[in-house]
Amino acid sequence: MAEIRLENVQKFFGAVHVIREVNLTIRDKEFCVLLGPSGCGKTTTLRAIAGLEDIDQGRILIDGKPVQALHASERDIAFVFQLYALYPHLTVFENLAFPLRATRLPDAQVRKSVTTVAEAIGITHLLKVRPGALSGGDMQRVAIGRALVRRPKALLMDEPIGALDAKLREQMRIELKRLHLENGSTSIYVTHDQVEAMSLADTVVVMHDGVLQQVGTPSEVYLHPANLFVAQFIGSPVMNIADVQLREQAGRASVMVHGEAFALPPAVLGMVGASPAGGMALGIRPEGIVLSHHETPGARPLAVHLIQPYGPFDIVDLKIGTQTLRARTESGFVAAKGQNVWAQIDPAQAHFFDKSSGKSLGVRLG
Amino acid sequence: MARIELENVSKVFDGHIAVEDLDLDIADGEFFVLLGPTGAGKTTTLRLIAGLEKPSVGHIRINGDEVNDWSPSQRDVALVLQQYSLYPRLTVRENLSFPLRSKIRRASAAEIEERVAYAARTLRIEHLLDRKTDRLSGGEMQRVSIGRAIVREPHVFLMDEPLSNLDAKLREAMRSELKDLQMRLGTTFLFVTHDQVEAMTMGDRMGVLNKGRIEQLGTPHDIYRNPRNVFVAGFVGSPAINLFAGGMAGGKAVITPGSFELPLTTGPAVPDAGMGLTFGIRPEDLQIEPGGPVVATVHDVENHGTEKVVTLRVGAAHLRAAIPAQASIRVEEQVRFGWNPEKVMFFDSQSGLNIGRRA
Repeated sequence: MAEIRLENVQKFFGAVHVIREVNLTIRDKEFCVLLGPSGCGKTTTLRAIAGLEDIDQGRILIDGKPVQALHASERDIAFVFQLYALYPHLTVFENLAFPLRATRLPDAQVRKSVTTVAEAIGITHLLKVRPGALSGGDMQRVAIGRALVRRPKALLMDEPIGALDAKLREQMRIELKRLHLENGSTSIYVTHDQVEAMSLADTVVVMHDGVLQQVGTPSEVYLHPANLFVAQFIGSPVMNIADVQLREQAGRASVMVHGEAFALPPAVLGMVGASPAGGMALGIRPEGIVLSHHETPGARPLAVHLIQPYGPFDIVDLKIGTQTLRARTESGFVAAKGQNVWAQIDPAQAHFFDKSSGKSLGVRLG
Repeated sequence: MARIELENVSKVFDGHIAVEDLDLDIADGEFFVLLGPTGAGKTTTLRLIAGLEKPSVGHIRINGDEVNDWSPSQRDVALVLQQYSLYPRLTVRENLSFPLRSKIRRASAAEIEERVAYAARTLRIEHLLDRKTDRLSGGEMQRVSIGRAIVREPHVFLMDEPLSNLDAKLREAMRSELKDLQMRLGTTFLFVTHDQVEAMTMGDRMGVLNKGRIEQLGTPHDIYRNPRNVFVAGFVGSPAINLFAGGMAGGKAVITPGSFELPLTTGPAVPDAGMGLTFGIRPEDLQIEPGGPVVATVHDVENHGTEKVVTLRVGAAHLRAAIPAQASIRVEEQVRFGWNPEKVMFFDSQSGLNIGRRA
């Protein structure tokens, strides 16, 4: 049971401002993922919550109680690192039991707790083995088990599966989520991998340059990014961004992308209002560009420059002058590069941003 | 002009067979990708073509000339590695011109300048020419190391996992940059990777390598839709294909140990009621729908933005389905599912071979 709250947290490393006025509430039992590129402050934030870093300003509260002055061991929080840090000379059982032995728990209770945790994470058959004989995935399972055995108020994880190969990462994602579902402790997880964040999180916290960019559910940050940074950091292939102007002609609206006019519902004109002074950018994900082999109203004919098959679908690159628009189509839809297709922008998936501030204009069509 | 042929090539290191009986024919101007797990023999194959290793058996030909006894420099191939190995104290311009300053090449100053300018323009690194390479980002360094290959105007580019050290966003951008570069240069590219997305999205054709042997050669589309065996089916595609052991009975697929049945429309001529089959179905060909023939419990839901990847639980079996992101579905909910019978693959459990394969 733990609600974790950060109030106006600031942290400097020398002259570098690594955490800037972070305000964040992580609800009891929530799985919260801090996502951002390297150097964005996500790991420092996690370490500050754990008590491994001091903060320069602000408060950190666990269940309403300020803990920023408390030592890491007094916060009742468990931490899992990317490097497993297991004791090589101890068996898996003794590694799991270690945090309990330190509390002088009776032997029978230690045995019971270790067995319960080992069962939950599926490593019962490995209890007598030493870490040297384990695979990477099993080592990380043991490291997580050791964190859980004390029944901490919260579980903090710093890229715990970053060192594993792709297939194992996919499997461990599911295991971590099932464990959270059954165990239910408040979890904060740090990663630079947006797929991992989207897959695991109840709440995604996107960070950049020490500043929280957006806090939301995976579908909120994907469907309604607050700014250009979030728009381009989340989603793969990356969202198309183009400098655009809106045009009105005889009651019809269109968006001009490098001289090509794509139709939009007239409502967009009122929603955008006066175009921002620094210019406007359109953001459209590859699945928001709809292709057709036939002329359709509001669509433009564009040449296919490149076809990238992914298996279930293809990504095709369309060129408008120097601007590339990347569209997602069903597999084999465009037979060969060089072909012309009719491209249309799905208004419901169009995002508009103020170019100078990067902020979303909050336009939602359809 | 460069066509590369390998005929019956094997390479043995101290009794360990790294590459066995390899036959490859890479056409001039083709972007060919060798895909396989660690230890499959990809890098050995590349080094054999580059002339850094000699084949124990077999013939290697470039443009019809047998090159088995040629030195690396005589073969006129350029190698780009995962590690950039640039000179840190030199500028980008000096790094690019370095290969041309060697005594063997004796390029004139004007020619060097022209080739460096061309490479810089092609890779969009003109603004970096006077910067020292230790001040570059990972993606910029990899572009410079490709530039160093371009200035030599080689017959063939050999690339060994050049994108593996880059982060996901940059890898994605570099994939289309490299593909675009190859199209503009029109040179033969042989690209080695363990990442199936790189192989699928960049290759005109690809070869799947496992334990020193080619499992399958083909276009990305063919390899994805028509894998020759269970290994290829499982290695290509993410999320991975669903594979279940079972057999056919009464025109249905009977799955063990989950013990559920799914309808079939087509299938290879195998004896009814026999087990010994492995069924393969890709996640996008499993459908979660109210009228589906089998009941399952939702074990996990991952939101990938465009779609949701759902893990279903039926008895001891786990299955993955990719469904539209708009679909609302909850963990531990009971759902019904079916499959697209047209897309089912049939493998022999013993040999692993795809027995329903369309030629």
